[in-house]
Amino acid sequence: MDNKRKYVIPGDVVTTGPFRPEQNVVLEGNKIISTTIGISEIYDDSVKVISLTGKYIPKINDLVIGKVISHTSLSWELDINSCYVGFLPAQDVFGRDFSAHADELTSKLKAGDLVAARIANFDRTRDPLVTIADRDLGKIDSGDLIKISPSKVPRLIGKRGTMIQTIETATEAVITIGQNGWVVVSCESPEGLLKAKKAIQMVNEQAHVANLTDQVKEMLESKGES
Amino acid sequence: MGGRESTLVLLDENGIRCDGRKIDEPRRIMIKAGGLKNADGSAYIEFGDNKILVGVYGPRDVHPKHMSDTDTGILRVRYHMEPFSVGERKNPAPSRREIEISKVIKEALLPAVMLEKFPRTAVDVFIEVLQADGGTRCAALSAASVALADAGIPMRDMVAACAAGKVADTVILDVNNEEDQAGQADMPIGYMPSLEKVTLLQLDGVLTPEEFKKCVEVGVEGCKIVYDLQKKALNEKYFKNGGDQ
Repeated sequence: MDNKRKYVIPGDVVTTGPFRPEQNVVLEGNKIISTTIGISEIYDDSVKVISLTGKYIPKINDLVIGKVISHTSLSWELDINSCYVGFLPAQDVFGRDFSAHADELTSKLKAGDLVAARIANFDRTRDPLVTIADRDLGKIDSGDLIKISPSKVPRLIGKRGTMIQTIETATEAVITIGQNGWVVVSCESPEGLLKAKKAIQMVNEQAHVANLTDQVKEMLESKGES
Repeated sequence: MGGRESTLVLLDENGIRCDGRKIDEPRRIMIKAGGLKNADGSAYIEFGDNKILVGVYGPRDVHPKHMSDTDTGILRVRYHMEPFSVGERKNPAPSRREIEISKVIKEALLPAVMLEKFPRTAVDVFIEVLQADGGTRCAALSAASVALADAGIPMRDMVAACAAGKVADTVILDVNNEEDQAGQADMPIGYMPSLEKVTLLQLDGVLTPEEFKKCVEVGVEGCKIVYDLQKKALNEKYFKNGGDQ
């Protein structure tokens, strides 16, 4: 069997034989069984299934978009569209000389603010630790938030970023994609913004369709002429 | 238990049952994945005259907090019958029977779901029986597995369920309400076809060891029929525009 892609659902036997089970598959005897609804991919020595459903599970180094829920005197809590809340310590924003008495957390981030953050640390025992101390991270001041299914984020980015580049060049919009399925779009022109949003929704709804990049391109161009 | 006296002919001389089915024929089954917008996953099943809607939430935060487990996620199941689901109005408060069925379905699903991937979270399954006609626990279990798969909860296999039983000294597949009331035995079976494992097996009635074996065999065959329909329902929702790539 070569690198054949197949639609699978839980319990389907993806393949049999000496393969390394990678993502969303389990080894039962010599059968490799899918554990989720998705598309199976078989490589030379490994097998994986790309999931089409499910919630976002944090991974270290993922870029996510979070919404501030609340804060304590030492940290903020972020809704990162997952079953866990993101934990953003105050030192990360104020620096090492942060003092709980002198610094007011709400002066930097208030409940309801959107932030681009990176998952700094996450293991099974604690809530994910996020950081905004990096280039391109931090509070998001402008743009529209679009929520898509987290499992469709790879599709929106496309192979080596082709899909997102197509949308960005056609609409001149700036798009920030969080791995958790939240996307922020900002654009100078209102038409570009609308078109970009429409394109993102189109990817979300038709993620399983082949040749989607061409279809999105067609949609973007056809609207441009009229 | 020994079967009540009744004027109803459960099995005639041609091997046709009271609702016109053959002894190894299930009722009409229709399963639909999805349908509820606000739930993370959902499914609807029509199993003969049973109509059941299932919604799944999660994995999500556990409330109350003390129920959470640091090693694994937890599964919570609520089986509930609507007041209008049966002939005489049913009190909507959870009854002894509903609490038991909730527990039984939860334990039938646990071997399939891989909750250890989500420590400190809960997966909630809400089962609402809109119309009941015997065999609701099997239908509810089948629909719950589809809803869990729809929610993207990792599963080793889907659990398919079907009942077998005994009426007029004959082993039959898929016991309906009349056969359950007047028959001699009812055996609901939950089964994971790819792994060939039984996750639910109950028995109400008396069977000889031979009949017991026959009943399990017949029930498992029924589960395989249900399993194909579960797969079809999910394929229809997710891969409608195109077959294998």
